[in-house]
Amino acid sequence: MMQWETVIGLEVHVQLATQSKIFSGASTAFGAEPNTQACAVDLGMPGVLPVLNENAVAMAVKFGLAVDAEIPETSLFERKNYFYPDLPKGYQTSQMAQPIVGPGQVEITLDDGSTRSVRIHHAHLEEDAGKSLHEDYHGMTGIDLNRAGTPLLEIVSEPDMRSAKEAVAYIKALHAIVTYLGISDGNMAEGSMRCDVNVSVRPKGQAAFGTRAEIKNVNSFRFVEKAIAFEVERQIELIDDGGQVVQETRLFDPERDETRGMRTKEEANDYRYFPCPDLLPVMLDGAYVDHQRALMPELPSEKRHRFENQLGLSAYDAGVLASSRAMAEYFEAVKDVCGDAKQAANWVQGELSANLNRENLEIDDSPVTAGQLGGLIQRVMDDTISGKAAKQVFQALWDGEADSADAIIEARGLKQVTDTGAIEGMIDQVIADSPVQVAQYREADEAKRGKMIGYFVGQVMKASRGTANPQQVNSLLKQKLDQA
Amino acid sequence: MHDKTLTELAASLEAGEFSSRELCQAALQRIEQLDGGLNSFITVTAEQALANADAADQARKAGHAGPLAGLPLALKDIFCTQGVRTSCGSKMLDSFVAPYDATVVEKLGHAGAVNLGKTNMDEFAMGSSNENSFYGPVKNPWDVSAVPGGSSGGSAAAVAAGLVPAALGTDTGGSIRQPAAFCGITGLKPTYGRVSRYGMVAYASSLDQGGPMARTAADCALLLETIAGHDVRDSTSVARVVPDYSAELDTSLAGLKIGLPKEYFGDGLDPEVETAVRDAIKVYESLGAKVCEVSLPHTHLAIPAYYVIAPAEASSNLSRYDGVRFGHRCEDPTDLEDLYKRTRAEGFGEEVKRRILIGTHTLSEGFFDAYYLKAQQVRRLIRQDFLDAFDDVDVLMGPTAPTPAFDLGAQKDPVSMYLQDIYTIAVNLAGIPGISVPVGFAGNRPVGLQVLAPHFAEAQLLGVAHQFQQATDWHLKRPAFGKEMA
Repeated sequence: MMQWETVIGLEVHVQLATQSKIFSGASTAFGAEPNTQACAVDLGMPGVLPVLNENAVAMAVKFGLAVDAEIPETSLFERKNYFYPDLPKGYQTSQMAQPIVGPGQVEITLDDGSTRSVRIHHAHLEEDAGKSLHEDYHGMTGIDLNRAGTPLLEIVSEPDMRSAKEAVAYIKALHAIVTYLGISDGNMAEGSMRCDVNVSVRPKGQAAFGTRAEIKNVNSFRFVEKAIAFEVERQIELIDDGGQVVQETRLFDPERDETRGMRTKEEANDYRYFPCPDLLPVMLDGAYVDHQRALMPELPSEKRHRFENQLGLSAYDAGVLASSRAMAEYFEAVKDVCGDAKQAANWVQGELSANLNRENLEIDDSPVTAGQLGGLIQRVMDDTISGKAAKQVFQALWDGEADSADAIIEARGLKQVTDTGAIEGMIDQVIADSPVQVAQYREADEAKRGKMIGYFVGQVMKASRGTANPQQVNSLLKQKLDQA
Repeated sequence: MHDKTLTELAASLEAGEFSSRELCQAALQRIEQLDGGLNSFITVTAEQALANADAADQARKAGHAGPLAGLPLALKDIFCTQGVRTSCGSKMLDSFVAPYDATVVEKLGHAGAVNLGKTNMDEFAMGSSNENSFYGPVKNPWDVSAVPGGSSGGSAAAVAAGLVPAALGTDTGGSIRQPAAFCGITGLKPTYGRVSRYGMVAYASSLDQGGPMARTAADCALLLETIAGHDVRDSTSVARVVPDYSAELDTSLAGLKIGLPKEYFGDGLDPEVETAVRDAIKVYESLGAKVCEVSLPHTHLAIPAYYVIAPAEASSNLSRYDGVRFGHRCEDPTDLEDLYKRTRAEGFGEEVKRRILIGTHTLSEGFFDAYYLKAQQVRRLIRQDFLDAFDDVDVLMGPTAPTPAFDLGAQKDPVSMYLQDIYTIAVNLAGIPGISVPVGFAGNRPVGLQVLAPHFAEAQLLGVAHQFQQATDWHLKRPAFGKEMA
């Protein structure tokens, strides 16, 4: 049996979170009525001219710095010429020969916590096209140009990934970077991140790449995984059956989990790229780049290393908590309130994540704030409540019963009793009420006593309505029972 | 009234000799009675013009008249005018009503100028005779059997015939200067980036520049100081202070160093044109200027380089005319491809199609390096020629065009038509400013002197032209056409 190796390269289009379009002042907000957010420039009216949005440049530069890329002093916009109804000018303004971000690299984390590096070939700025709407117009096509001119950063990787899992880890890493930087909302459902996946296979050990297929517009982590899995299998089967993979563009059908070849025109498109004469070359000096660098927040990989090395979290915990900016910020806020990183990590990844998952909420939508959770953990750490009571308090916070853990502890009388006198009183009562059990206990040997003491602990806890400190109860009981 | 310059008319309005309404009404009447014989206007906006004239009269009464308040003008139909058809001389845009004003239109409006209408032009500014217009050719008021030049032929003819005292044109390869020369008026192509291109329908974006066409250099100065300046909507417009051109007109010519490019006086130059130009240069010498010969060694490469770069940009700029959003759309398209093909086959004229094909070819894979990149290299050499020449001289002078206006229909071969622009086209490739000044006649047809200066030296250019017009009266000559009308 031949051993195959999969080779994957990705082109990820990230919609940048600018207020206005890349070359016009029209809004980029999602979901508006068709053609209400397209101005004369977006419509490609005669005589209009593009003006580059400086924020889009700043965002691209920040991305470049985040992936350790070279930021060339000069980059250039070019025109990619082709006719399509949702492309108003008959060309897309993009970058080709001189992109704004040069070669770089992204660290990806696999499920087992191991990391590796994927090289970025380059990233370039371009404008999005509009949308063709085929559904509602019988036999006709509607054109919505709201999206036309929305800034995109196209991030092109080297063919460095060897499995669907690596590809997904790569996209997740990009997602984390762009959302950390605040340069994109990363909303894949609304098309803020769209992937073209290049897949090929080759016999293991062969240096030359196989012929690749490009799968267009794969728009979720899950679809990326499925599309690659299907495509790899298809290509291997094809070759095993004596066929050949042809270089083509394919579409992923999420309903059937398969890729299909797109009908291709006989002649290949010649885009006739040439420098856009309406836009000046983008000149970025070192001072500008340094300024953008100074404005950047801590990045996911930096956070992960800090969580692991400074806060003493496990590699796994650090990786999970740093995977999204929202999660990391929540965790750090909890930690700052309670003062204990490990406890904070346990609660965020345990109780909180379980509840969020169950109700399908994002961490930003958590009904329990980081301050509330931190306050709760504090009460566990200072022995005000037991771990068991803490879960009750968490649930009550989740349900919105009160504003703080303290208020719930107070209202429900969950404060642990640590007063030795009070506990001793309860113990004495339980011993007096259970003569048979006490006799049995005292007759038993040390090994059996260990099990039998549970009965008395339970009774005392019951008597205290769960507020007695179990460890304290245990040791006092042992003293008293062993005395006789 | 129609023989006066802008500057004179401004003084008359200020003195209350007549109102802007009276002035504009008279001009509109002249257009109505005479333009049938010229075809210089595509659209006349009489009603709007009179309303604007009234507004200017009131502003003047109220004491806040702008620098051009109440002065009638015309705009080449390449400038977008809100609510008014902007056809660019093409069937493709015959139905296109612009939803916005070009920056220069806005600026003229703020200054109080009254636009009387949109002038005829070669389709999408592609041509040197104004014969490539969907609206028919324009005739030269000096001789109606002659062309007015192009592509701003309508603007030139309208000014020459006294229909308007001034007009705006655009110049991509000579389209202001050559028609100015053919029609005996003064026309200035500013430095690339001096005047905003926003709202000017693009032909070749790296070469297009709007500018004034008028009777005198002084009038051009008045208009240029209004329309020039940086525009945030045009990234290629330059952020540089706009000088007070009118105030700098009277700079003495003593010691001015004039270079005569030997390549501009070679084969193909009409002897009568040469004589008129050489006589003008003698006038300059008499005014204290020093004249020497210079060389622009890459001149012969200008036309080939231009006819690679301009069509390349045009092929992309004109892709938006696809029948989808505005302009002409073919009847009952069977599918998308049919929509594109028939819309464009029907909407564009011959010359426009020719240039789209040339440009598409030169940008295509396998040809790009040999044509487009090579042409860009040539462009740099041509620019360097001028920069080198300006190390030694202040301005360059020569004929604007190799011949006077030719007969309508005389130039049948596209290449011989392209050769009309042999002295003007390099100027666009280099981005420097140039002006054409009337300096005499070849037979009954005017001859233009072209004066060139370094980047952003419009003040000097206008001063040099103005000093000539102070010493001579060629710019005061009027054609017989329309003379009978007061």
